[in-house]
Amino acid sequence: MSSGSSGAPLLDVRDLSVRFRTRDGIVHAVSELSFTLRRGETLGIVGESGSGKSVSSLAIMGLLNRAYADVEGEILFEGKDLLKLPPRELRAIRGRDLSMIFQDPFACLHPMYRVGDQIAEAVRAHENVSKSAAWDRSVELLSAVGIPNAKVRARDYPHQFSGGMRQRAMIAMALVHNPDVLIADEPTTALDVTVQAQILELIDDVKQRFDIGVILITHDLGVVAETATHVMVMYAGRAMEYGPAHEIFNAAQHPYTWGLLESMPTVEKRLEVLVPIEGSPPSLLRPPQGCPFHPRCKYRFEPCDSKRPPLVAIPNGHPDACHLPAERKREIWNDRVAAELGVTV
Amino acid sequence: MLIYIARRLVWTVLVVFTVLFITFLVFFKLPNGDPALRFAGKSPTQDQLEEIHKRLHLDKPFYVEFGYFVKTFVSGDEYGWPGLGYSYGNFQSVKSQILDRTPRTLWLIAGAAFLWLVMGVAIGVISAVKRRTWIDRAAMGFALFGISAPVFWLGLMALFIFWRKLGWTGGTGYAPLSDGVGPWFSHLILPWVVLALLYMAIYARVTRNNLLETLGEDYIRTARAKGLSERDVIFRHGLRASLTPIVTMFGLDIALLVGGAIITESVFNLQGLGWMAITSATTQDLPDVIGVVLVTATAVAIMNLVVDIVYAFLDPRVRYA
Amino acid sequence: MSTPGTAEQRAGFGPLVEIENLTKHFPVRQGVFSRTKGVVHAVEGVNLTVNRGETLGIVGESGCGKSTTARLIVRLLEPTAGTVRFDGEDITHLRQRSLRPLRREMQIIFQDPYSSLNPRKSVGQIVAEPFAIHHTEKGRKQRVQELLNRVGLSPEHYNRYPHEFSGGQRQRIGIARALALQPKLIICDEPVSALDVSVQAQILNLLKSLQDEFDLTYVFISHDLSVIRQVSDRIAVMYLGRIVEIGSSELLYEHPRHPYTAALLSAVPRPETNGKNGSSPARQRIVLSGDVPSPVHPPHACIFHPRCPRFQEGHCDVEEPQLRRFDGDHEAACHYPVERWPMTEEELRHPFGGRTPAGRS
Repeated sequence: MSSGSSGAPLLDVRDLSVRFRTRDGIVHAVSELSFTLRRGETLGIVGESGSGKSVSSLAIMGLLNRAYADVEGEILFEGKDLLKLPPRELRAIRGRDLSMIFQDPFACLHPMYRVGDQIAEAVRAHENVSKSAAWDRSVELLSAVGIPNAKVRARDYPHQFSGGMRQRAMIAMALVHNPDVLIADEPTTALDVTVQAQILELIDDVKQRFDIGVILITHDLGVVAETATHVMVMYAGRAMEYGPAHEIFNAAQHPYTWGLLESMPTVEKRLEVLVPIEGSPPSLLRPPQGCPFHPRCKYRFEPCDSKRPPLVAIPNGHPDACHLPAERKREIWNDRVAAELGVTV
Repeated sequence: MLIYIARRLVWTVLVVFTVLFITFLVFFKLPNGDPALRFAGKSPTQDQLEEIHKRLHLDKPFYVEFGYFVKTFVSGDEYGWPGLGYSYGNFQSVKSQILDRTPRTLWLIAGAAFLWLVMGVAIGVISAVKRRTWIDRAAMGFALFGISAPVFWLGLMALFIFWRKLGWTGGTGYAPLSDGVGPWFSHLILPWVVLALLYMAIYARVTRNNLLETLGEDYIRTARAKGLSERDVIFRHGLRASLTPIVTMFGLDIALLVGGAIITESVFNLQGLGWMAITSATTQDLPDVIGVVLVTATAVAIMNLVVDIVYAFLDPRVRYA
Repeated sequence: MSTPGTAEQRAGFGPLVEIENLTKHFPVRQGVFSRTKGVVHAVEGVNLTVNRGETLGIVGESGCGKSTTARLIVRLLEPTAGTVRFDGEDITHLRQRSLRPLRREMQIIFQDPYSSLNPRKSVGQIVAEPFAIHHTEKGRKQRVQELLNRVGLSPEHYNRYPHEFSGGQRQRIGIARALALQPKLIICDEPVSALDVSVQAQILNLLKSLQDEFDLTYVFISHDLSVIRQVSDRIAVMYLGRIVEIGSSELLYEHPRHPYTAALLSAVPRPETNGKNGSSPARQRIVLSGDVPSPVHPPHACIFHPRCPRFQEGHCDVEEPQLRRFDGDHEAACHYPVERWPMTEEELRHPFGGRTPAGRS
């Protein structure tokens, strides 16, 4: 565990850019992304497919194949820039101080090895212990994440576990070495809603118990609103909005976020009309000039198609990447969006 | 797992039984005329024909005939197993011929199989890991050569270069182990390499493709995320999952070579089962033909069983099916 | 052949679909000789009507039988027991040939826009296929282009192939195909689950406007409670092959009666729109104990009793609750329905304030 003050960030990402060299050209998957993560925080990264949310996490973990991915910027973790570390040092950190779990727990576990063995393997990847000691630790962790009868179930194969249990096993595997940061990439998308709630609760519990930082990647705004302390909304590889969760949901500043909130059905009530965001996400091969969202934005005006808005905080607000003046943003939120959503401000 | 094995065992027995039945039908019942004539070789005397009738119970009812056929297949008759006993063409018992030929074929297969499995998989793994580099292209080029070059051409060229010109190996023919390891090895090394070349190429391609596909799976990403070394990722996670189709192929390839390595055996004059199959077919020596057919079919059935069991061993999902 | 329905039904009134006691079992084979060891009770005794012009939502978690029910309605599967009536006609055991003309009237849109379109056929061919199957002759190409237009694609897409389109566009192609023969009923099996949020809304809006224009009846299946609320007039909640609650969506969401529905609703994560996130009181999620039981061995009596927070021993594990009517068309199968909503888990554990009134069945 780091002995730094809880105020210092665990993870400090600065101007992260990821470009993929493909046969059709260069895909700008992530562009100039910056954010921080501190202990006890849950950063929810929200975006649709192609927004770059997963790619940025893979970049942090060093899981991108450098043969065709160009990664630039800085990823500072405990004072070291992960992008400049030699592969061996990066591998020592990966799975030990930085852990990641993924969306489909069925596909993410090796079908031919027992669950307990896979977790024990994670133990021995960074610690020189005997096989039986690793196995015991594996059983202990399975029990800690709520798998009943862990000693017996550890001998099962992944296909004998239910979806929720598999995700719990993945979480156990990620926690083996008490990491400082846990990255969860769409951990509940493939799960039923009741199981989803259990897993989110488990992740939150783990965060508090071990005092770590969590990055939660999802497309589901509801999930983020429930569990995140901070939110970053991504679109076309860039951050559109970034701030404390309650501000994002009670006073969103970016037209894309408004569009998302307006177009999502809710359990609370049947909306008169779902207002979709017209058009479709831009090609990352040739991103639009200016603001990446402007072709689909209802509020675009003169500078939007030529000048890219920087991520800048507004007074009494949080950073967003939009040219609209601050008062106009508040006005639109109060009069239109909040009214439509029935939100009391 | 045990139920799985039991079920496969039952099927194997059924398959062998069906093979026996079909062989019986094809050779005893379907064609017109007197079966004894076909068994008798050239110019049989009347006495010989009567003897054959008696021994094969050709005058008894259909099911009795078949029953004896099966029984002698399993336990042999006074002329030896398989129970057609005696080849009038060669004046030898079928059993003794098969017992003589089988070791040659088995040694040929064993050496070649080992070579092609180890080399094929190794080349495939290297190709996959070094995808799109010159190593990969060279390996796949070699694979193309191996698949395309005709076996007889390879065999003759190899004999010419390594035996005739360089004198490094023994020539054609088979030297049993009892004559010494040296001669045995030097007579088998070329056939091993020539036979293995074709399969090596195929296995390299299959391994490469399977491994590449497996390396794209999510659990490989998890393995890397755990911080495993790249070697562990490729071998313990990647190769393990890619092996199952290779196992299946391997079993079948071996089984089919039992009576099928005809060209190699001919070129190198090894006089194994494949050679026996060809000669008995061309000389229309029915007992010999039946003998080879049954041995080969049984080998295939048994190898299928072995492959299924190994597969279940590798992939636990199959055990509960 | 088919039994004629009532005069009312034949005249085109009455429910479009009527299901009675619908049951589907799938055999489980095991052992050396693949003996049938047991059955998966995929759908058990389901009664359902779908009224003309409405959207019936079926919601439930994985394995609850909602997709199987949908396939039984359009006879992609044959029921093990029970009856299916479509437009007054009993189609339960019709042979495929007799079903074919009926297939013009009922269509299905699938979840995965990537695998439900034949990659080797052009869009034009895909949408025109229903015409080919049902031997409609004239003006095919024009009709196809009209359909493509109506679903928001342009006529030049006629000659393109599925892989050239996005997920949302592919779903539109699937919808165009379903509309080709002007069906009466369209089953939507998780049509938006695989799509991005911003595209979801587009497709849902499209489906709504098509329903208004062509007088369609929908059966909409989803596991997503928000989407179901948005599109459905009436909703059926399924659990382990049975309907546990059914009613108009307003009533059901305002006040669920079955504890399972209550648990589902409480599990949905949603933006806290009042107060600061993190320090507002945690949503009172109703926790269900244990895992969903295996459909090969469903619990006896009330199928939900092993996990139910309101379980009363001696009653719930002895007697199977029947669907009971509440206000309007709202029905639920529970001996101790939820009295008011919202309720915390703690409150749920004590039906009727802890006192079981005498005379309750």
